[in-house]
Amino acid sequence: MEVPILRQGQYLIASIQSALTDADLSHLREALIAQVGRSRCRGVIVDVTALDVMDSFATRTLRDIAQMIRLRGAETVIVGIQPEVAFSLVRLGSNLAGVATALDLEEGLAFLDRQIKGAGGNAQSHGSRSTRKN
Amino acid sequence: MSAAIRPGLGPRKGSNNDAHETRIAIASDLDIIRARQTGRTEAAKLGFSSTDLTLIATAISELARNIVMYAKEGEIVVRIVRCKEKQGIVVIARDHGPGIADIRLTLQDGFSTSRSLGLGLPGVRRLMDEFEIESQLGQGTVVTTKKWMAVPCL
Repeated sequence: MEVPILRQGQYLIASIQSALTDADLSHLREALIAQVGRSRCRGVIVDVTALDVMDSFATRTLRDIAQMIRLRGAETVIVGIQPEVAFSLVRLGSNLAGVATALDLEEGLAFLDRQIKGAGGNAQSHGSRSTRKN
Repeated sequence: MSAAIRPGLGPRKGSNNDAHETRIAIASDLDIIRARQTGRTEAAKLGFSSTDLTLIATAISELARNIVMYAKEGEIVVRIVRCKEKQGIVVIARDHGPGIADIRLTLQDGFSTSRSLGLGLPGVRRLMDEFEIESQLGQGTVVTTKKWMAVPCL
């Protein structure tokens, strides 16, 4: 199942609607990496509210997405990790280190606004992104 | 979390077991989702908390992915166990793949022979209450994990 990617202002929003296969997740990664350049956007939000399971493959793919998007000059924030999923991620020992997270879409947008304003709307230095990192 | 005591596939003590079993053939990444959703549904019938349901579904996801990744195909068996002392769910991942040369190594965090993070088996062990693994090179692997309800049934 393909994940719809919407453009809102200078951000891309990927809203996961249902359980994703490994192939779907890999496709989402490719699509976001490509679109972040095409649309020259500054930030990406991946909404995982609908995911009732995030296993090691899903978290690894999300981490890859965040790192690749950063290499492309934009910021990523994962929003909507459910309480049960957070518990299981901690148990699993899943590594989302360095990936920004926010409670929901609204918080995610606010986070990106702060990131981009903080960097003066221009190319960001590594030192300028310090808030709310895991 | 208890250590392996005996192979999990043998007959159980006592005759008042009410075991219900579901088998899911695993051969693709779609089957991984099918398996964890089936496991969640079955465990929900017992009344596990939503947190436990997520832990169980995540463990099944890891086990099923191991099958697809290393053995290409196999099966996940989900067994509901209700006995006098306790009730819970048994998840068995079985394949006839290449087997594991050094089980102890695969249970170490960070170890992986493929491109995955190597969180698979140690992760599953932390998600479930009991964990047993049997593997023979060239024969296949059977992983048996169990999760018990927090409150024993009376």
